[in-house]
Amino acid sequence: MLEAVMVKRLRDFTLDFALTVQPGEIMVLMGGNGSGKSTTLNIISGLIEADTAMITLNNQCLCRTKDDVDVPVEDRRIGYVLQNSAVFPCMTVRDNIAFGLRARHLGWSVIAERVALWMDRMHIADLADVKAGNLSGGQKQRVALARALVIEPGLLMMDEPFTALDVESTQAVKDLTRRFVKKIQIPCIVVTHRVTDSTDIGDRACVLCQGRKEWEGIPSEMPEICSVCHCK
Amino acid sequence: MIPKRFRPKKYRRNLTYLAAGILIVGVTLYLALPILALFIRISPDLFFATIHDPEVISALWLSLFTTCITLAVVILVGTPFAYYHCRYSYPGKVVVDTLIDLPLVLPPAVAGVALLVLYGRVGLLGKYFNMLGIPLAFTTLAVIMAQIFVASPFYLRQAKSLFEQLDPAYEQTARTLGASSLRTLTLVTLPMTASGLISGAVMTFGRALGEFGATIMFAGNLPGVTQTMPLAVYVGMQGNVNVGLTISILLVIISFTIMIAVRIIQKREAGHA
Repeated sequence: MLEAVMVKRLRDFTLDFALTVQPGEIMVLMGGNGSGKSTTLNIISGLIEADTAMITLNNQCLCRTKDDVDVPVEDRRIGYVLQNSAVFPCMTVRDNIAFGLRARHLGWSVIAERVALWMDRMHIADLADVKAGNLSGGQKQRVALARALVIEPGLLMMDEPFTALDVESTQAVKDLTRRFVKKIQIPCIVVTHRVTDSTDIGDRACVLCQGRKEWEGIPSEMPEICSVCHCK
Repeated sequence: MIPKRFRPKKYRRNLTYLAAGILIVGVTLYLALPILALFIRISPDLFFATIHDPEVISALWLSLFTTCITLAVVILVGTPFAYYHCRYSYPGKVVVDTLIDLPLVLPPAVAGVALLVLYGRVGLLGKYFNMLGIPLAFTTLAVIMAQIFVASPFYLRQAKSLFEQLDPAYEQTARTLGASSLRTLTLVTLPMTASGLISGAVMTFGRALGEFGATIMFAGNLPGVTQTMPLAVYVGMQGNVNVGLTISILLVIISFTIMIAVRIIQKREAGHA
């Protein structure tokens, strides 16, 4: 389970936000541009520091500013799919997926086995030796998802994962994400600005507006217009 | 009725072609003729005979040795410098940015005088080095220092711009996957910027190889010690013209090879993009 409380002063407003995500649950984080969605993910992952924060993942404290506890980003074991997938274009699909395992200095046979398993699960086994830079948007997103999940993370986070994808690829990535989050029972946060994404994939949705929680509930019950800034 | 001042379309097009042709041929000839003249001025037999002249060989090896050392230092120090310079904000960053570019517009002779004033035998720092028995000016080390000062901006500017342009999402992803910052730099950042860094290194090599003004001011013109190829050309043209011409042709060949290498790398880079 993920429990996070954070405060960070941003340029135009203060991000003051708390969220809880249960294992196997997909929380969709929504909001307009610059509402603090990506900053929230970056604080949870440890990429940026909050002014004050308390983040606990599966009963392990990742960050507690009060006691100066801050687990480094590389030790948080969070699978994070950033915007535009960020697959390493000069590496093959296999090397992309193996990257996190190699960083953890696992044995080559374990790496080969796990990489093969995840390539198979994501239906990209035939692309193993293709340079990631030559893949289509949908294929890149599958590689990014496999790369994030192969490290056996305690939490999966995805920032605008469907933005650059066509309808077919979007559906495929949604299905894969949902299937594996349920299968391995980890909490998952998906940032998106499309309501259809939240109803398709989310168990719960949360709307952020100028750094504050505007609404939280079942995606299908989400209000159409934010009452604070009237963003859709 | 069509006014007289309007010419037929074909006529106007031909006029444009003619103007473009004159410009292209004129500029090309202006750039190419002096180079061609070098090759015409000396016969191949004389060129190959002069190439074995001890003066030529000494200048060639000294130039290649110092330029390779310069390149190694610029890459090894310049790469992490450019990386940290781009990734962190610090007071005076704008001043450092300007200083990086300064040697590009500074006359090389002025750079040489500045180095001499600082590191010369009675220079601000040089006198202390001299007291320690480490003379800097008028040594082979001075040649390398002058080359680094004048040529390093070519690499630093390129590296800086590459690191700035690289989407931070790649490095952030690597970190969340468990890679340390060093591993991220070596396995993600450098491979993704390699082609551009190589182009910068090649340009640095070319500039260092052709360095004249700063070298003659700070390192002098001692055969076998500080007399690099451009300096040997200068000396040769005042005495043994064939030596000057032979070294000039060698420099043209090396420069041309460098430009071809840069073009190939840039083409490869464009293909990957």
